Amino acid sequence: MEAHTAAGFTARNPQVSINTETRLKLYRSMLECRVLEKRAYDLFMQNLIKGTSHLALGQEATAAGFGMAMRSDDYTFCTYRGHNHTLVRGVGMTEILAELMGNSAGLMRGKGGSMHLTSVKHNMMGSYAIIGAQLTIANGAAWSAQYRGTEQVAVCFFGDGTTNIGAFHEALNFAVIWKLPVVFVCENNLYMEYTSIHDVTAVEHPAADRASAYGLEPVLIDGNDVDIVYRTALRALELARRGGGPSLIEAETYRHGGHSRADPGKYRPDEEVQAWLAKDPIPRYRARLLQMGISEAEVQRIDDETKAAIDQATETARNAPPPPLEIASQDVWADGGSAWRN
Amino acid sequence: MAQLTYRDAVAAAMAQEMRRDPNVVLLGEDVAAAGGVFKATVGLLDEFGPKRVKDTPISEQAILGATMGAAMTGLRPVADLMFSDFFAVCWDIVANQIAKTRYMTDGQVTLPLVIRSANGGGSRFGAQHSQSVENWAMNIPGLKIVAPAFPGDVKGLLAAAIRSDDPVLFFEQKSLYATKGEVPDGEHVIELGKANVVREGSDVTIVALALMVPRALKAAEILKEQHGIDATVIDLRCLVPLDTQTILREVAKTGRLVTVEENPRLCGWGAEIASIVAEELFWDLDGPIVRITTPHIPLAAANNLEDEQLPNADRIVAGVRQLVD
Repeated sequence: MEAHTAAGFTARNPQVSINTETRLKLYRSMLECRVLEKRAYDLFMQNLIKGTSHLALGQEATAAGFGMAMRSDDYTFCTYRGHNHTLVRGVGMTEILAELMGNSAGLMRGKGGSMHLTSVKHNMMGSYAIIGAQLTIANGAAWSAQYRGTEQVAVCFFGDGTTNIGAFHEALNFAVIWKLPVVFVCENNLYMEYTSIHDVTAVEHPAADRASAYGLEPVLIDGNDVDIVYRTALRALELARRGGGPSLIEAETYRHGGHSRADPGKYRPDEEVQAWLAKDPIPRYRARLLQMGISEAEVQRIDDETKAAIDQATETARNAPPPPLEIASQDVWADGGSAWRN
Repeated sequence: MAQLTYRDAVAAAMAQEMRRDPNVVLLGEDVAAAGGVFKATVGLLDEFGPKRVKDTPISEQAILGATMGAAMTGLRPVADLMFSDFFAVCWDIVANQIAKTRYMTDGQVTLPLVIRSANGGGSRFGAQHSQSVENWAMNIPGLKIVAPAFPGDVKGLLAAAIRSDDPVLFFEQKSLYATKGEVPDGEHVIELGKANVVREGSDVTIVALALMVPRALKAAEILKEQHGIDATVIDLRCLVPLDTQTILREVAKTGRLVTVEENPRLCGWGAEIASIVAEELFWDLDGPIVRITTPHIPLAAANNLEDEQLPNADRIVAGVRQLVD
């Protein structure tokens, strides 16, 4: 389904061949996302993670494909459904789980929580929990890269629901007129929260069908095929890096669970869920690897190592102490404090 | 010492900081070729070029989002929001994103940015282009708030705001743009969070901000000449950080406090100052604290209606006399 692209986006870029080493990394990356979020779900059920959490189980291919294609100094901006996008930039499973559990080993020592994962040293510039903001902020990082001449690219992920908020449209127009090195990636999982995106959107493809309004090529891809995501990412990143401006990519995918912890997702027809489970990006890719001649033993080794890694991370994260109380009033200001008066 | 208008002092501060630091950039609607709708950025495009002085579409969320993203990745952007009323269409970026990101990320993200806007009434622009919105921002931890009254302070405080590693909302009172005042030659920077005692008296302390400062000074003249009341006038200059030490020191001397706010009544900054003084200086007070504000109604456009609403020298005189007589 790598279709629907106007001439140019595809034609300018020959099909990249993906070597075995990269494929194994893509598989490992998706699997790490999967085990991390399944573990996060289990820890919720044990009441070790409070608050809310938005899992991207089933959507791992978009995170893994882009994570593999990005340069280490490229910027990631994503939504509150951002555990995977954080992990693929090199942040440890321990730091993510501990942040979800709200303890001192957490990425932000519990000051952000699930919806705000950020790791500046990994150029993971934040998970944004108010729909649409991150598109406008990603533009700023892209502008800064353009200004400084670093050839960095900002990659900005968002859901289908975001395409109906004003910031989406402001950000796209802005990125195009300033020719910013930014790649906008709509992970269309077909539901905004509890409502089908088709019931609330004027066009069939919420992002791709809007592209032409901003002079961009519509790009609609199978977001559950990590090879396609990876190749699309490489092209868009290259285009941005050499001054060709922004891209808007719509990756069709599906979340296996509900919108958030509180949502069992019962509004979705069973046959639809079953059809998408059959397109689960991870077993699908595993089968492809075997079909390509990679041994079962080699793939199984990745499965085992990933399982061991999440168990180790869980253990470390669970045993970390709570955050020190004094940080509750720290870092409102750049001087480290929170004083508003003298 | 040069005589500059308030609007020219804005451009002078921008130019001073842009010469000093190549990472300082300016973006906003009509800021480049047009020099700003209030002509406060005239000459900057010519001197610094289109890479550093950038016109934007009418997209306030996109403007402030780009400002934030640029600040978190090495630039020191200044956004021009034209009218402060427009904060209402991009408040997510200010209140949820800019103000909270350093805290939520455990200090990972630094946001050295300034959002300039034309604030306040007195120019007959009606209810949607005349508001004093500094109190909106004061309710949100993580934002520094500056609102100068005089051209010299405009230059010095805007320079300090640009150098600050914290996000600063810089409110320019639009009815003051044409006023003139002395501005020091050469590099001029005034530390944020320091109030200025602009008149010293012994009977009452008047605390004011922006357009209310010249009105308070005028009232003080009338009080002295016609009623024999000698007033201290404090120009707050910044609401966050708030210079409570200067306020408490001056109120302790006079025993009486009057706050003069342009904003509508409820939860105005004067209420916070009244609360602090009541809690910390109660036994030094010789009378109740008086707040003078715009009534809790939207601003009207007609000359006589807007004049009736905004605090003026006569109302300040009346408020002080109610306390002192």
